[in-house]
Amino acid sequence: MAEVYVNGKFAGLVDNAPDFVQRVRQDRRSGVLSSEVNVYYDSVIDQIHVEGSRGRCRRPLIVVKDGMPALTERHVKQLQKGELSWSDLVAQGVIEFLDAGEEENALVAFSDQEVTPEHTHLEISPLAMLGVVTGLIPYGDYIQSARLIIGSRNLKQSIGMYATNFPLRMDMDVNLLHYPQTPLVTSMMHELSDYDAHPSGQNIIVAIMSYKGYNMEDAVIINRGSIERGFGRSTYFRPAVTEELRYSGGLMDTIGMPDKDVKGYKSERDYRLLEDDGIVHPEAKVKEEDVIIGKTSPPRFLSNLEEYSLASNIRRESSVSLRHGEEGVVDFVALTENEEGNKLVQVRIRDQRVPEIGDKFVSRHGQKGVVGLIVPEANMPFTASGVVPDLLFSPHGIPSRMTISHLIELVAGKTAALGGRMVDGTIFSGEPEEQIRKELAALGFNERGTETMYNGITGEMYEAKIYIGNMYYLKLKHMVANKIHSRARGPIQLLTRQPTEGRAKEGGLRLGEMEKDTFVAHGASLLLKERFDSDRTIVPVCEGCGVIAIHDTLKDKRYCPICGENVEISDIEISYAFKLILDEFKSLGVYPRLVLKNKY
Amino acid sequence: MHKDLEEYADKLPLKLLQEIEESCPAGKLKKVAKKVFEEYTIARIDAGEAVGLISAESIGEPGTQMTLNTFHYAGVAEMNVTMGLPRIIEILDGRKSIATPSMEIFLKSPHNKGKDVKELALQIKETKLGELVSEYGMNIVDLKIDVKLNVDRLKEFDIAPAVVAKAVEKGMGADASVKLEGDSLTLKLKEKEDNRGLNALYRLKEKCKDVFVKGIKGVRQVLPVKRKDEYLIITFGSNLKKVFELDFVDTERTTTNDIYEISEVLGVEAARQAIIDEVFRVIETQGLDVDIRHIMLVADTMTASGEIKGITRYGVVSEKASVLARASFETPIKHVINAALKGETDLLNSVVENVMLNQTVPVGTGLPALITKKGK
Repeated sequence: MAEVYVNGKFAGLVDNAPDFVQRVRQDRRSGVLSSEVNVYYDSVIDQIHVEGSRGRCRRPLIVVKDGMPALTERHVKQLQKGELSWSDLVAQGVIEFLDAGEEENALVAFSDQEVTPEHTHLEISPLAMLGVVTGLIPYGDYIQSARLIIGSRNLKQSIGMYATNFPLRMDMDVNLLHYPQTPLVTSMMHELSDYDAHPSGQNIIVAIMSYKGYNMEDAVIINRGSIERGFGRSTYFRPAVTEELRYSGGLMDTIGMPDKDVKGYKSERDYRLLEDDGIVHPEAKVKEEDVIIGKTSPPRFLSNLEEYSLASNIRRESSVSLRHGEEGVVDFVALTENEEGNKLVQVRIRDQRVPEIGDKFVSRHGQKGVVGLIVPEANMPFTASGVVPDLLFSPHGIPSRMTISHLIELVAGKTAALGGRMVDGTIFSGEPEEQIRKELAALGFNERGTETMYNGITGEMYEAKIYIGNMYYLKLKHMVANKIHSRARGPIQLLTRQPTEGRAKEGGLRLGEMEKDTFVAHGASLLLKERFDSDRTIVPVCEGCGVIAIHDTLKDKRYCPICGENVEISDIEISYAFKLILDEFKSLGVYPRLVLKNKY
Repeated sequence: MHKDLEEYADKLPLKLLQEIEESCPAGKLKKVAKKVFEEYTIARIDAGEAVGLISAESIGEPGTQMTLNTFHYAGVAEMNVTMGLPRIIEILDGRKSIATPSMEIFLKSPHNKGKDVKELALQIKETKLGELVSEYGMNIVDLKIDVKLNVDRLKEFDIAPAVVAKAVEKGMGADASVKLEGDSLTLKLKEKEDNRGLNALYRLKEKCKDVFVKGIKGVRQVLPVKRKDEYLIITFGSNLKKVFELDFVDTERTTTNDIYEISEVLGVEAARQAIIDEVFRVIETQGLDVDIRHIMLVADTMTASGEIKGITRYGVVSEKASVLARASFETPIKHVINAALKGETDLLNSVVENVMLNQTVPVGTGLPALITKKGK
């Protein structure tokens, strides 16, 4: 007696569990039950689970009956003619989707040669085991599975042609690759996903060698000539958005050139790019702090009294300006209304990004690296036939990571480029490496893919034969221009008077608790004090009661809030944070008294 | 002491002076002592060195590496003593009850030759009635329990049935009366107002399993092992005081890993040494290299008050003189308010307080000061 659960709820008991399960499956295949129903029998706990709920991961497989796949030659012919579609096959019960539970009851054959009477299903293609992105990696069966995952993760961060209607879109933080190409070494997934329409990399010549050590620790070296020819060039878009908000009392924002008497008016220079409507003109070159959209807002707090005073008419400056460290060209200006009918202004800034030291590049095998050096073309190594590589990849990146597919793509790419054809590198069914090598040899090259190369600076021949070929490389969206950050002096926090934190706020890098300890351990006491001087303040202290005294700059008088004027007041040097904690103690009802004495 | 060495009596430790005197010819004593004094001065830690912080870093840094590397010794399944980081934390926190108390009992000659180790071990082991019983029979009608003793086990443990009966009688007290017939005991439940019926009988049965019969309380497991040429007993569970009372135990070498017990039985000085030994052993087995003086410093701070204080907010930290230093560690508001109630003064004599105030820390370059005398 097996228990039956429908969508996790107990439904009843069944005498013959295998029979019941078989019948449910039969009904699903013949169309009596929905094709989205899955059933599985757990013989250990004697339970049958029928699932029809949403959110289950399911994958398609070909049904196998008595050792014969349900998909026949006739089906395939009809499919090719277009007489049959995928949904027809599902409706006919030729193909069915299994969820994680039902997979436990299935025995899936990898290829049609393997099918035996025990098998219940046949893999449509080994490629179907992978997702779209992982399927894009060529020769995925020659790589560690962990690297395959890393590779597909990197692919997702690559810059490409994300959408062809990009000039009309106002996407936040997007990158667009110039001159994208389809890879020479493809896979079936490229065809299926229409990769031609939105490629995200470029075919380049890669030599696996070192060059003065500038590609150690996963760095890559790039040929300046290649960059000048357009390799890895991309555009970064970032729109600025603002709207005229309405406030209570009929007040509202105005987009336009701010008046000079507006509260918080910046320098005239900052507004120089604005036109009469208060918005920058397209193709204007903008730099950091430049105002893009001029806007003023009504005063923040409006009391009854102030309504009649002169000061109340002063409006607040609330323009949108370029953030610190940003620059670009105004690409597109859009004026519209939002849902509430308020005026909405969008200005898209475009910035061309030429590869520079620190930009991140990756092959399709999780072999990522940061540009370590850009070498003038004349100084790059070259082959006997005069080919100069676009990128130099360090050989040390290979052994520990075991990314053999990276190496195979290189020869396959070389053969593809020389043979003038694409190479199929689909996982488990790609063109065999041996065949590619033979073809390469037939083209008059060393079948190992190595070539004699010469030092670009001295002209001397390298003793070692260099492994060189064509590869598909991708530029990742992590670029130094978005990350570079430094601070000498800069903004401080209002509360603690300590430096701000984070790149966006031009902040400093914290010398933390443990770092502080290293100074103490070295006995570098005075250096430590200097390092922590950022919030240093001089504070007058009443020697009578130990409370922080008041210095009235107008009258140039000092007095104690408790003891009055006739008491000795001395200046002490403390961190502002300490003054703050004294105030916090006071708020707790604790009276912190400073007792002063001469230090020496 | 030799007269040539008298000059150094206050400058060098006594032990060093004795060594010089023993190992050098009398004529060269003065010269040797001078050289030793020079070397000694160089080796000494300079004034103003932040020893505590250096110790903390020297133990803490390798500590980050040992987190998950716990070793398991093959073959000794039942002896699983806490090692690694959990053990270090346990010691430095000054926990009163540790996870796996264990003793190493050394035996006096001739017992350490191994002939009677097994018997001695069983003598130490805490034996409960449950281990000696082969069968329980519940007599529901008469509210009696028939306990059949395992004769083989009794023989193995060298206990007479009468001894068991006596121990059970003592252990059960007012709950039941005990009668011995051959090798089986009969326990009769003494019914009381709040303890009657079948449930009470069942409870009685469970309780009698835990009755202490023989051995040393707290010693749950014994394991005789051979180390070098002698046999010793490793135990799981610790009771140093009772073990010391046994005449076959070598009290000079027998130890426990329960530092509190050492402190109670042998005093703080021994506890200090135990902390050093235990911490050092863990660090050593992890294959790390920490200078023993760092550990000694920690052990000193833990035991300086005469009792063991852990490096926690209740232990050593609560002893700190500075209010601000205490507040900067944990629960600041509590410390500040308590300090305000007592009217405490912070003299700003240590590191953290001065960092908070942005003043020079009184270590290293922050120590020396120049004082000039004004001319008259």
